[in-house]
Amino acid sequence: MTLSVGDNVNVEEHLRRRRDEGRPLLVPYLTGGISADWTRYLTEYARAGADAIEIGLPFSDPILDGPVIQEASDRALRRGVTVRDLLAEVAAVDVGVPLIAMTYYNLVAQSPDFCRGLAAAGITGLIVPDLPVDEAAPLVAAAEAAGVALTLLAAPSTPADRLAEIARVSRGFVYTVSVMGTTGTEFAESGGRIAASVRALTDRPVLLAFGISTTGHAVTAAGHADGVVIGAALMRRILDGGTPEQLGDVLASFRRALDDSVMTREQGSRVPADRS
Amino acid sequence: MREPQNGRFGDYGGRFVPESLIPACAAVESAFREAWGDPEFRSELKRLLAVYAGRPTALTPALRLSAELGVTVLLKREDLAHTGSHKINNVLGQALLAKRMGKTRLLAETGAGQHGVATATAAALLGLDATVFMGEVDIERQALNVFRMRMLGAEVVPVTGGTRTLKDATSEAMRQWVTCVDHAHYCLGSVMGPHPYPWMVREFQRVIGDEAREQCAGTPDYVVACVGGGSNAAGTFAGFADTGATLVGVEAEGGAAIAFGRAGVLHGFRSYLLQDEFGQVSEAHSIAPGLDYPGIGPEHAHLNDIGRARYTVVSDDEVVPAVHRLARTEGILCALESAHAIAWVIRAAGTGELPAGSTVLVTVSGRGDKDMATLMGAA
Repeated sequence: MTLSVGDNVNVEEHLRRRRDEGRPLLVPYLTGGISADWTRYLTEYARAGADAIEIGLPFSDPILDGPVIQEASDRALRRGVTVRDLLAEVAAVDVGVPLIAMTYYNLVAQSPDFCRGLAAAGITGLIVPDLPVDEAAPLVAAAEAAGVALTLLAAPSTPADRLAEIARVSRGFVYTVSVMGTTGTEFAESGGRIAASVRALTDRPVLLAFGISTTGHAVTAAGHADGVVIGAALMRRILDGGTPEQLGDVLASFRRALDDSVMTREQGSRVPADRS
Repeated sequence: MREPQNGRFGDYGGRFVPESLIPACAAVESAFREAWGDPEFRSELKRLLAVYAGRPTALTPALRLSAELGVTVLLKREDLAHTGSHKINNVLGQALLAKRMGKTRLLAETGAGQHGVATATAAALLGLDATVFMGEVDIERQALNVFRMRMLGAEVVPVTGGTRTLKDATSEAMRQWVTCVDHAHYCLGSVMGPHPYPWMVREFQRVIGDEAREQCAGTPDYVVACVGGGSNAAGTFAGFADTGATLVGVEAEGGAAIAFGRAGVLHGFRSYLLQDEFGQVSEAHSIAPGLDYPGIGPEHAHLNDIGRARYTVVSDDEVVPAVHRLARTEGILCALESAHAIAWVIRAAGTGELPAGSTVLVTVSGRGDKDMATLMGAA
């Protein structure tokens, strides 16, 4: 069933609510169209405790992606998938958590109705890694009109004045890149600094992404931010043949580690794990 | 041809790069603006272009070809520049800029290897490290240039993603730049990429047009150059934009972004782009590897839209005979890329496109030694 815009889940409200309950946010990534049954991964991710799911709409030239997600995009494109087909498949499933599209600007710029198309499929968030805040104005307006949260990226190299602008314009959450590199690069705890800087500027949720491949990384990252995005580590397993159920188990282990870390922190400090 | 406004040439250009690269692009912009206004930087670059690269390059009247075609053909001889093409003009400028910015390493993408060889050369000259990204397919096709780069001390990194050609080498160079912006400069090879590259590379290449304008007795009626990304054409046109000369850019049929593409965004800039109906970028195919790119520099897109330059297409089938004809009439073995410009002159001479009696300046962007294996295969 295709959801109307009015029924769609608001990404920011949803993430804020879960965060304010003291829950570290967990957002897994999936390359759309990676297999014929790719939407089953969405269902399993949701069942395993995802707070939202990022769906990559594959592009021929993914400039911010490392080898794993490049390979996944190539595989999906070789299957002949198109944005139109992927959106139709998404519209047919009800996952129960917000869905966020991640894709490159050339695909977005194909149509002035791109954001409306996402909303019609029940996707209420959008991340465009090659669209920096300075170039974003036209899409900011189109996304807002369609009820889609356009989430901007912050990087370790972003100077303070830009960071403030990004925190102001970004919707849904702020996507904080932990390292100077591509997706799948090795995690660096230094990413915590940038997350802390963003949190000082906004009370929107702040997620830390890139290179979070182990539960240990996730726990460390969630100590600095409101939650984590996990992409290449999951896609590597899918490329190697991991089934939706197996990936659900993997994600569930991240969920448990994050939840346990909150309990540990609460017991250790005897203060609620809120943002104070 | 002026400085772009807010990094844009009309609707084209811009800075569509990941947030992590924005500060690096801004730093290149301010460093270039400052250096280009500094007489000391300009004179050091001018000195290197003269004593090292062999500038000014000759303007050769092509007498026998002119007599055959009924038009006066003047050849701007970038094939005579050090490393065999115009690429050295841009690379010496960017390498000097990199040193001025305190960088110790140059990153570059290359397709045929000409820009990679030029980058390796400038790095050796100025004591910088060089890392050149090259598609696996091109590494196989251009073994000679790979060997040249390595002899010059550069590291050549095979790119195995996507189509394994120039398009993917450019993506990979940008990805790797993110990881080393603190000490590395991305030495982009054409008038493309995020602002300030299309502007900066055109300024470094305008020496072609500025020299030619001084060397021509009077303004030629037509100014012609081949266009892939479009750096030799941009440099040539820059010298004549404020004259009455008709500017003609010649695209390869299999990489003709203006003729067969539509507006899109790739590698940090908005321009005409070869893509399918869904926005996936198409692979370009040309006998001339330097024109094997699905996009075109944003300023060319703008010059096309405002009607200041015309863009036309030449097929692979016209190119090989043009190489032979220039070789036999003038004793110049030009690159397959440059032969696109020559082929258009041969086709158009005596027609309404290039009337008999006209004077036409053609930039010979490079020499053809690198293409001998291809030409032997086509013989």
